Amino acid sequence: MRMKKPARAAAILKDGLWTGNVTFSQMLALCPLLAVTSTATNGLGMGLATTAVLILTNLAISLVRGLITPQVRIPAFILVIAGIVTLADLAINAWAHELYKVLGLFIPLIVTNCVILGRAEAFASRNAPSLSALDGFAMGMGFTGALTLIGAIREILGSGTLFANASLMLGPAFKALETVVIPEYKGFLLLVLPPGGFLVLGFLLAAKRLLELRTARRAETAAAAPGCH
Amino acid sequence: MAGTRTAPWFQGVLLGGFCLVASVTLALGYRLSAPAIEARQKEDMAASLEQVIPASYRSNDMVADAVVLDGPSGKTTTVYRARKGGTVTAVAYRVVGQGYGGEVVIVMGVDRNGEILGVRVVQHSETPGLGDKVDVRKTRWVDAFAGKSLANTPDAKWAVKKDGGQFDQFSGATITPRGVVKAVKEGLAFFAAHRTRMLDEAAGAAEPQREAPGRTPTPRSVS
Repeated sequence: MRMKKPARAAAILKDGLWTGNVTFSQMLALCPLLAVTSTATNGLGMGLATTAVLILTNLAISLVRGLITPQVRIPAFILVIAGIVTLADLAINAWAHELYKVLGLFIPLIVTNCVILGRAEAFASRNAPSLSALDGFAMGMGFTGALTLIGAIREILGSGTLFANASLMLGPAFKALETVVIPEYKGFLLLVLPPGGFLVLGFLLAAKRLLELRTARRAETAAAAPGCH
Repeated sequence: MAGTRTAPWFQGVLLGGFCLVASVTLALGYRLSAPAIEARQKEDMAASLEQVIPASYRSNDMVADAVVLDGPSGKTTTVYRARKGGTVTAVAYRVVGQGYGGEVVIVMGVDRNGEILGVRVVQHSETPGLGDKVDVRKTRWVDAFAGKSLANTPDAKWAVKKDGGQFDQFSGATITPRGVVKAVKEGLAFFAAHRTRMLDEAAGAAEPQREAPGRTPTPRSVS
């Protein structure tokens, strides 16, 4: 089952972005997902912050994986994760203050994101630091993609805009991202409120399932070799 | 070695070691970032003062020209003053309202006659997309306060429309604007109660003033 390094890396990326996507396959981290995806910008910001933390925690936990005993691994992981999130919170507040003003609210929430503990347990505690960091990146990007997609759908249908206030968070260069999709739109509050998050997530999950079913059926009829997943 | 690693005391020592390393790292991180964070907060304060008092009202450094007054429950409020040619033309101070997600910190500027020049929400934890519309970067809702005073707006109108007042609420979020309106109204009462002291031109006089009992102003909590 040992793969060559590039193949292993590609498998990790594919797993994080699609087959094992945090949101659409593992169905984890639904709490931040539903809470912050009222706009695409919020989703993107939360996703990027989570990705950064996930890379760091996976790296740190992989480095000390030989030291931690199975009995106390969960409290030890939580401690490492909470410490890194707190440091990230302080650093962003001190040296990226504009970003902090927009994201500040969400950063402490990252501690409670079960994906971070999940990847520490399932991947980083069993793999080399470089692969663990890559896994953190892949999972984080998959999560960011999901958050931004759900945020975009909710924002377009709920408020009629896309990437509103993106320049506040990412800098004036991103002003171009801000678009008004439906001018004079009165807004559809249901999609901005948490139930909208559930609805959009449900439709997207169904879409992914359909897509996978179709791919599988096509593979069957072509009598192709079974895939490795 | 295997015996040691499964022994209960080893788990305790291991966790203790992790805690120690984490505490030291956090303490270091805090000490390294604290001066920068404090500087950023001062800059934010100066920037929000400039937003609530128009440039035509001031020719001085407002952050340096402050009086500290007694708020309710023993807390103090720092009142920053704008001057033109020695005369205090306007004052700015923080009031704290209760929102949906906790405290909403507001800075308000008031001119000599008790009329609001500007209101800004500087810190809050309101729901993104709903309650955070009180933040001027999201909507211009706070502009509705400009020009209002206790004299020109009757008591009953200091409320959101849902409660019979004249300020808009947001669809899906009434608690936040309600809290902000209440805090701003209390801020004006605070100005009325301390007007003489706030407009006192003797600079640097920062000793807290004692108020007669029963005439205490009402901002909820002030820092």
